[in-house]
Amino acid sequence: MNEIETIAIELTVNGRRRALKVAPHHTLLDVLRDDLELTGTKECCLVGECGACTVIVDGRTVDSCLMLAVEADGAAVTTVEGLAIDGRLSPLQAAFLDKGAAQCGFCIPGQLMSAHALLALNPHPTLAEVQEGLAGNLCRCAGYQQISEAVLATAEGADR
Amino acid sequence: MHTFAYERPATLPEVVALLGRHGTDARLLAGGTDLIIRLRDGTLHPGVVIDLKRVAELCPAIREEDGRLAIGATTVMTDIAADPRVRRDFMALAEAAAVVGSVQIRNRATLGGNICNASPAADTAPPLLVYGAEVVAAGPGGSRRIPIADFFVRSGQTTLEPGELVTAIELPLPRRRMGAVHVRRSRRRGHDLASVTLCCGVDEAGWTRLAYGSVGPRPVLAVDESGMLADPDAPEAARAEILERLFTDASPSPRSMRASPAYRLAMLRTLGARALRTAIQRLAEE
Repeated sequence: MNEIETIAIELTVNGRRRALKVAPHHTLLDVLRDDLELTGTKECCLVGECGACTVIVDGRTVDSCLMLAVEADGAAVTTVEGLAIDGRLSPLQAAFLDKGAAQCGFCIPGQLMSAHALLALNPHPTLAEVQEGLAGNLCRCAGYQQISEAVLATAEGADR
Repeated sequence: MHTFAYERPATLPEVVALLGRHGTDARLLAGGTDLIIRLRDGTLHPGVVIDLKRVAELCPAIREEDGRLAIGATTVMTDIAADPRVRRDFMALAEAAAVVGSVQIRNRATLGGNICNASPAADTAPPLLVYGAEVVAAGPGGSRRIPIADFFVRSGQTTLEPGELVTAIELPLPRRRMGAVHVRRSRRRGHDLASVTLCCGVDEAGWTRLAYGSVGPRPVLAVDESGMLADPDAPEAARAEILERLFTDASPSPRSMRASPAYRLAMLRTLGARALRTAIQRLAEE
């Protein structure tokens, strides 16, 4: 078997500079989970339908299953592991717990990343804007109501 | 996923040289929201993937020049939907860009990719047809412009020559006031491909331009220059007859999973009539 040629990339993940060698056909999802052992980001549909693999790249959410790791060369990536502040849950994460938004929990890392990016862009979304902002994240437990409530509660709490 | 060599050229001549060297063994990567799915499922197995996102000449930018709005091929849907110049003069394109996939998809999917993929359901195609866009292509012989109406052949097939790539999509700035709207029908709200995707534009000279996709092998443009459709006071029966004629090129496939031909044709008529009313209203409000 031929050895696969790897490409050297540098990126920032959750504030930490990382230099690594990646195979060209490995996705950002593969590299986050398998090389960097950040397994909070979930692998699920692999066609950009479910959003379980959502991470934030240079301020915008992407399905990390649809982005090659080499494309992230030079980028700043935030995963669910990067949301906590000084080892404590972010207000958004705390609201998910408080509202019982997590049932089986598998979709939650992706939901959190989409909600985090939405609130950064639009600190006071309407329910319709939350639903549209999270339309790319499926929850097979159908916990959408609690998820939306958690996002809205976070927006409200930020005012206090 | 099958492995491949990855190229990240910095200039357009480098891309053209790479395409010349690798021919059909190369695939161009823009947003990747279609390509990576097909690399993974094995329907495509190129030896070389050429990433266009750091090519200076294709940089994701929207520029006004020589009476045109030029949208760089690698501009993503999120940026098109939010751009004030697009929203001012080409609102239906902004509306179409805003309903492609989900937020995550719109943050990656590019206008160049949407048209080169040539899906019959591409949401940006109907507004580009209504606004009379031109595709700027570059290749070994230099650069040329292709009217968007001559660009789509069938799913996955365009009139680009081997070795050519799209560098920009240009929209002529409107010389006449126009009201236009994009509408679509999908199986569910949110993230879904269109069962019908449609754009209607009405201008102050009375022309109606209607373009629709996902109801045949390629998106279709139909034009009424009689002024009857654009005139809400014209006899209803005559208007209905003209509108019906604009739908004659619809030929939905019976093999598609998303909707039956009968449903698509019914929704095409419903959405077409609705979009016509909205376009007339928007023109009046201009």
